[in-house]
Amino acid sequence: MSVELTGAEITVRCLQEEGVDYIFGYPGGAVLFIYDELFKQDKVKHILVRHEQAALHAADGYARSSHKVGVALVTSGPGVTNAVTGIATAYMDSIPLVIISGQVPTAAIGQDAFQEVDTVGITRPCVKHNFLVKDITELASTIKKAFYIASTGRPGPVLVDIPKDITQQKTVFSYPNSVSMRSYHPEVDDNSRQVKKAAQLILGAKRPMVYTGGGVILDNASEELTKLVRYLNFPCTNTLMGLGGFPATDKRFVGMLGMHGTYEANMAMQYCDVLIAVGARFDDRVIGNPKHFYSEERKIIHIDIDPSSISKRVKVDVPIVGRVSQVLNELITLIKASKEETDAHAIKEWWKQIDLWRERDCLRYDRASAVIKPQMVVEKLYTVTKGDAFVTSDVGQHQMWAAQFYSFDKPRRWINSGGLGTMGFGLPSAMGVQMANPNGVVACITGEASIQMCIQELSTCKQYQLPIKIINLNNRYMGMVRQWQEFFHGNRYSESYMDALPDFVKLAESYGHVGMKIEKPEDVEGALKEAFKLKKRLVFMDFITDQTENVFPMVPGGKGLSEMILV
Amino acid sequence: MENEAGALSRVAGLFSARGYNIESLSVAPTEDPTLSRMTLVTVGSDEVIEQITKQLNKLIEVVKIVDLSEGDHIERELMLVKIRAIGGDREEVKRLADIFRGNIIDVTDKSYTIELTGTSSKLDAFLDAIERNMILETIRTGASGLGRGERILKV
Repeated sequence: MSVELTGAEITVRCLQEEGVDYIFGYPGGAVLFIYDELFKQDKVKHILVRHEQAALHAADGYARSSHKVGVALVTSGPGVTNAVTGIATAYMDSIPLVIISGQVPTAAIGQDAFQEVDTVGITRPCVKHNFLVKDITELASTIKKAFYIASTGRPGPVLVDIPKDITQQKTVFSYPNSVSMRSYHPEVDDNSRQVKKAAQLILGAKRPMVYTGGGVILDNASEELTKLVRYLNFPCTNTLMGLGGFPATDKRFVGMLGMHGTYEANMAMQYCDVLIAVGARFDDRVIGNPKHFYSEERKIIHIDIDPSSISKRVKVDVPIVGRVSQVLNELITLIKASKEETDAHAIKEWWKQIDLWRERDCLRYDRASAVIKPQMVVEKLYTVTKGDAFVTSDVGQHQMWAAQFYSFDKPRRWINSGGLGTMGFGLPSAMGVQMANPNGVVACITGEASIQMCIQELSTCKQYQLPIKIINLNNRYMGMVRQWQEFFHGNRYSESYMDALPDFVKLAESYGHVGMKIEKPEDVEGALKEAFKLKKRLVFMDFITDQTENVFPMVPGGKGLSEMILV
Repeated sequence: MENEAGALSRVAGLFSARGYNIESLSVAPTEDPTLSRMTLVTVGSDEVIEQITKQLNKLIEVVKIVDLSEGDHIERELMLVKIRAIGGDREEVKRLADIFRGNIIDVTDKSYTIELTGTSSKLDAFLDAIERNMILETIRTGASGLGRGERILKV
C-alpha cells in the first residue's frame, strides 16, 4: 500500500524534486503546516526575510544571477499583498519565479476570513499564470506545472495558492516526470524562411545596428550574440536589461541606449539602415517617441520568443519568433556559409561616423571635483572589483550611473529592476545573488532614498552572514525625481529632499555590520579597497556625493532618440 | 479555452488592463465539458486586433483562437425584447415580429415578449423599426459564431 502524505509534505517534496536549494519566505497562519514540514528536512533551506517584498526580490535576484527558478513562500492576506510589488517586478522583467502562498481554508474562502484576500485575483495581472489548489490530488501536478510554465517560453512568475486545509489533507504522492498542457506550447514552429530573409538583410546592410535586450540574458545567448557581432563587425548596443549580453569592453559595444543611453548608441539606432533587435521590446524608455523613430527609414529584424512583443510598439519587417540562442546560431551558420559578404567599405564608413559620435564623450563629468562625483564611485568600484562583481541596484540616478559606468563583460552580473523600476530592489536582490553565488563578490549600488525602502533586510544579511557591499550614493535627494523637477518643473523640488536621514554608519553597526562614511574624492578608492578586503562582512559605504549631479545624456519623455540633452 | 474557474476573468482582465473594448462576449461549455467556447466581439485597427490575438494566445487557459472575421462565417445573436402592445399596436408589433422571423413567447394584455435570432445588425434593425418608447426591456446574448463550410475550430 502506498503511503499517503499531507499537502504540506507534498509541497516540500515537490520543491525537493525540483532541486530547489533555497526558498525565501516569511511564515504565517495559513502556511504553518508547510513550515512544519520545512523544519523536518534540510534539503530545501529556508531564508527568513524581514518583509515579504524582500522574499520576492531575493528569489528574483537568485533567479537572475543563476538561471534557476527562484522560489518564495508567503502566507495569506498581507503576506501576499506585501509580495505583490516583488511579483510585479519579476513579471515586468520576465524572471522565472514560483511563489507558494498560503490561503485560508477552502470552507472560509469568500467569507472575509482573517487574513483572506483574493490572491488569484490580486496577482492575476502581474503573473504569467496562477493557480488556486482546491483538490489535494492536484497539488503535485499543479506545482510541477508552475515550475514548467515559469521557466519555459518567455519566463515569468507563477503563483500557487494553497488553502490551509489542503496542506493538512492526505493523498498518495507521485511527482509527474513531465507536463503536457493542451493550451500551453512554449516550443516554436520552424522559422527558417524568416531567418534566411534576415540573413539577406544583414548581408546587404550599409549602416547596421545590433540592439539586444534581456531576452539574450534570459536565454543564455551571450556567446552566440558575441560570436555573430564579432564576425560581422557590427556595432552593438544593449538595453538596461541586456547589459552583459555583449562584452562592454569590446570596441564594437557602443554603450547602453535609450533615455540615458550614450550619444553614439542612440544616434546609431536612429540612423541605421538595418536594425537587428534581439530579445528586446522597443519600450518607451528605449526608443522614446515611436513617431520620431519612424521618421528615419530602416529595415527591422526582430527576434523574440514572445510573438506579442513583435510589432507591438514598432512595426518590423522580418519578425522571427523563437529562442534567441537558436535563431542566432542559425544566422551564424547561414551567414558563414553564404557566398555573399557584408559591404566592408560601407561598414567602415559607418564606423567612422560612429567614432565621430563617440568623440562627443557623452559620459564625461568633472573628474577634478572637490566633492565626490557618483560616476567616479562606480568607476572606482569597477577598478577595485576588476569588473567581476555581481552588481545589483535600486532605482534612480545611481541605477543609471551603475549601468553607464560599470562595464559588464558577462551576463547575469547586472541585476536591476528595469521594467517596473522598483525602489527597494537592490539589497534584497543582492541577498538572493549572494545565495546563488556564495563565492561571488556582490555589490549593491543604491541611494539613500531607495535603500530605506528595504533597509530592514540588513537583519537578514546578518543572520545568514551575507558579505554584500552596499555602495550608497548619498546625495540627500531622490536624485532622479530632483533631476526631472530641475529640467521640467522649474526647479521646484517638491518633496524630493531626503530629510532626517539616519546615520548609516551607526545603523549598519547596530545590525552588526561594518559602516563607513566617505566624504572626499581622494578617499573613495581606498575605502572601497578596504571594504572588499573584508570578505566575510557586510560593509555599508555611505558616499556623500554631489547633490546637483544629473544623469546625461537624456532623451526627455516624448522626444526622439536623436533629441538628447547632453552635458 | 479550458472550462475552469477564473479563465473568463483572465480574458476580461486582459481587455481592461490593455485598454481594449469588449463589444460582446458569449461563452458556454462545449460538448467536451472540459472546454468552453467563447465568441468575443471587439473593434480595432489591424494592429490592435493582431495584439489582442497575440495577448489572448499567451493566456495559459486559452487553447485556440480564430479570427472569424478573417473568412466566411456565420454569426447569430439571441435577443429577448418586451414591447408595449396596446390596442392597434398589438397587430403592428406582431406583424413586425413576423417580418423579422421573431417569435412571441410571452403575452400579457399590455405587452408582447419577442424572441429574435440573427446577426447583431438584424437585431439592431428590429429595434430601429420599433418606436423607442414602446420598448420596455431588451436583453441580448452577444454574438456566437462559427466558420462557414469546412472551416472548423476544434482542439
